[in-house]
Amino acid sequence: MPETLVFYAFSALAIGASTLVIGQRNPMYSVVLLIASFGALSGLYVLLDAPFVAIAQIIIYAGAIMVLFLFVVMLLNAPREDAADYDRSHPLAHPGIGRFGALLATLLIVQLAWALTKVSELKAPVGSRSDGATVSSVLEMGRVLFTRHTFAFEATSVLILVAMVGAVVLARREVSE
Amino acid sequence: MIPLSHYLIVSAILFAIGTAGVFLRRNLITILLSIEIMLNAVNLTFVAFGRFAGDVDGQIITFFVMTVAAAEAAVGLALIIALFRHRESLNPDAFTSLKW
Repeated sequence: MPETLVFYAFSALAIGASTLVIGQRNPMYSVVLLIASFGALSGLYVLLDAPFVAIAQIIIYAGAIMVLFLFVVMLLNAPREDAADYDRSHPLAHPGIGRFGALLATLLIVQLAWALTKVSELKAPVGSRSDGATVSSVLEMGRVLFTRHTFAFEATSVLILVAMVGAVVLARREVSE
Repeated sequence: MIPLSHYLIVSAILFAIGTAGVFLRRNLITILLSIEIMLNAVNLTFVAFGRFAGDVDGQIITFFVMTVAAAEAAVGLALIIALFRHRESLNPDAFTSLKW
């Protein structure tokens, strides 16, 4: 079945690339690998009948946000992470605390695995319009966005403006006179 | 059609990778990248649930999450630049004092 094959290929690519992102010491490689991970995720969105989200993922995430990250990594001359300057005297570096954290993480994994065995298999969409025609329609999406979610949409524009002003103020070089 | 639980498992694994990255890495830029991984894992959950519920709300909330992620990346990177100017380091352990 080609659809299953494509799903597993994109999932493996997304998970593998994301694992490598957090395994790198050089942030430059991390950023480039994350772009590959986002590309695979956009393939999963296509499988879910969401072409608009897939394109937005490529344009906004891989195209805009990751380029911003790349600019900053290059601007700061990408200092490599140094494992040697790890602070051993920090109160949280006590081995007992680490073991307690590992216990909690194991407990969480057991809980998640238990919850996943209880999930009933949902193989086909439920709901009134389950054929996927309305879900993949950009027209329908725009109609809902500008009628039911108008306030959230307008609030988003204010958020972007605040973020823009905040970024300029924070990154400004202080003039000393 | 791929069952819903498959998408949820992929999303859970991606979220776990992002969480692990925040705790394991000692580089502010990689920590921000891990947060982006977590946001994307949640986006995948929203789109999968929206597809299986048969309405577009899942995709619309994804759109808002992307906007918030863009704003977060812009402010976060500005903060990183400001911090780097003070300490010449990206190690979060270098920024333990509130005032210097």
